[in-house]
Amino acid sequence: MTAESGQDGLVLEDVRIALGERRLLDLACRVAPGEILSVTGPSGSGKSSLFAFLAGFLDPAFTVAGRVRLDGEDLLALPAAQRRVGLMFQDDLLFPHMSVGGNLLFALPASLRGRAARRARVEAVLAEAGLGGYADRDPATLSGGQRARVALLRTLIAEPRALLLDEPFSKLDRALRGQIRSLVFDRARRLGLPTLLVTHDEEDAAAAGGPVVRL
Amino acid sequence: MGLRLFPVAVVLVLAGPVAAGLLGALLPAFGWLPALGGDALSLRPWQDLMATPGLGTAVLLALGTGLGSTVLALGAVLLFVAGFSGTRLFRRMGLAISPLLSLPHAAAAIGLAFLLSPSGWLFRLISPWATGFDRPPDLLIVHDPLGLMLMLGLAAKEVPFLWLMTLAALPQADPARAGRLAASLGYGRVTGFLLAVLPRLYPQIRLPVYAVVAFATSNVDVALVLGPTTPPPLGVMVLRLAADPDLAARFSASAAAVLQLGVTGLALGLWIGAERVAAALGRRLAGTGRRDHGDRLLAGLGAVMLLSAVAAVGLGLAGLALWSVAGPWRFPAVWPDRIDLGRWASALPMLVPPLVETAVIAVLSVAMALVLVVGTLRAGGAAGKVPALVYLPLLVPQVSFLFGLQILLLASGAGAGLGVVVAAHLVFVLPYVALSLADPWRALDPRFERVAAALGASPARIFWRIRLPMLARPLATAAAVGFAVSVGLYLPTVLIGAAGWRR
Repeated sequence: MTAESGQDGLVLEDVRIALGERRLLDLACRVAPGEILSVTGPSGSGKSSLFAFLAGFLDPAFTVAGRVRLDGEDLLALPAAQRRVGLMFQDDLLFPHMSVGGNLLFALPASLRGRAARRARVEAVLAEAGLGGYADRDPATLSGGQRARVALLRTLIAEPRALLLDEPFSKLDRALRGQIRSLVFDRARRLGLPTLLVTHDEEDAAAAGGPVVRL
Repeated sequence: MGLRLFPVAVVLVLAGPVAAGLLGALLPAFGWLPALGGDALSLRPWQDLMATPGLGTAVLLALGTGLGSTVLALGAVLLFVAGFSGTRLFRRMGLAISPLLSLPHAAAAIGLAFLLSPSGWLFRLISPWATGFDRPPDLLIVHDPLGLMLMLGLAAKEVPFLWLMTLAALPQADPARAGRLAASLGYGRVTGFLLAVLPRLYPQIRLPVYAVVAFATSNVDVALVLGPTTPPPLGVMVLRLAADPDLAARFSASAAAVLQLGVTGLALGLWIGAERVAAALGRRLAGTGRRDHGDRLLAGLGAVMLLSAVAAVGLGLAGLALWSVAGPWRFPAVWPDRIDLGRWASALPMLVPPLVETAVIAVLSVAMALVLVVGTLRAGGAAGKVPALVYLPLLVPQVSFLFGLQILLLASGAGAGLGVVVAAHLVFVLPYVALSLADPWRALDPRFERVAAALGASPARIFWRIRLPMLARPLATAAAVGFAVSVGLYLPTVLIGAAGWRR
């Protein structure tokens, strides 16, 4: 990480996204480490395009301008696989052909070597989240809340430098929603990750407690 | 109520000929064929077969070329999909590959032989400046004793089929979202695909892959054109024994047909074992967290393999067309001295009757297959269940049961008219039509029919006005696939059609 403050975090410099003649988005902002920026707006306002743009999956049909820096590094110059930006979607997208532990091992960086060490790390992470002993479970046998937690753990265990959240709570029922929301925000703050939350739900934005951009 | 008859009819239409054909091979294999004086069970046919020179090599050739070509074709398709899905190159390749499916195996094989033989286009292009050849070199490229040409030819021809099946199954494996997620975790395209998408994709294409293994280990038409000759692979050996003027050879031919069944079964068993090993290896690799396993190299390899297959089949076909109108064409000239339509003029009148017959057989068998498959899917309820037996003819070597069927037809003295040939084609057309149609049938959003029902439409009206029109494209695709299969069928036409011709 670069030491210069003011360089840290996720910085969007005059980002513009357009589809043909239609201007979708015009945004300049900085998300400091541990800060959660909420981007809200009705469907079609360009929220999803912004998400895809930052993650590196924007369809080439869109035209974009501007720069994005993550801890001082030019994010847009990197292919999606090298951005180290953790994603969470509406669906948990746990791989159904892997166990809970398998999903986490898949995400755990290869720099941690040795089967036993990797396994121990995964089990520790699960235990810390109240899912001790779940490593060998089939994701299909988990409850909605457990799945959401595993999805979060999978994102975090990959050691991302920033978090991008695309309506990650919208499919959870009300009771679960607040609980998972505070868990995600909590972890993001604790790990000092600049976090960008894309949502149509003002309640999510309020709970995030950070700045809000309305498109 | 009448709908329930469809699955029954399908099973009878398919399992009937297969079972009868296998029986017709099995009994003579153990000496029982009263028409030829075999009225006691014995092991004599097997002893005769074992004494046939080159039998062991024939079996190894069948296994080696069959499994090798399946690995090559599947590897090319999967690596290419892994490395390039969603790109412009991918869409373009799709347009180039799909039409090749309609090419009969025999035509593709002959095209390849013309392209790669010592007097073929490839050598003409690089001679004499690069090779120094001013006459065709004396090289055994086609019919090479190891069967390498046969393996490559089979692989090239299987690529379009596996491609189509893979593309049809791909959406259910959710490749875009799984791929993005893997990429966000730092995985390269190919590694991400192989570890996160393939485990869900493969079960969907397992059956077509098995069909390729079964076909490639037992095929006759490609092997006749490209394969080794002394000894040939087992499938060709069955046919040779069956054509032996000495009628006693029918017994050992039957034994060979049964042996072919065992060899293909062994190949499928080996393949399933390899699947297990690959799955375990995949889990192991996913657990290590390594993000890149030479992704660029693998993607490039996939592109080269796929492009070579498409180019070889496509150029072979172009060469075939050119040869058909070529006047004098000396080696090493790249183009013929002049174009001569004389051959077409003299051959065309002769070709018209078989062309018409081919089309009639194809149209009839495809129409029957469509009616039977749609009826069966409809009877299968919302899940569109299909009896597993539908796919049986894809997994049983053609040469094994068709030969037995021919013996039965000959022994029974039944005339083999057009109807019998259409019935034989139906056995092979129907599984492919079912394979093409079943997934789109199940994938139709059930809410459309629920909306229609809520609007007061009867089940029949929903079927005719909602489901069939919405599935018009898959239906057309299934019909096209079925037509291509029928036109390209070699063995059923030769063995069953010939049984009729002789009387």
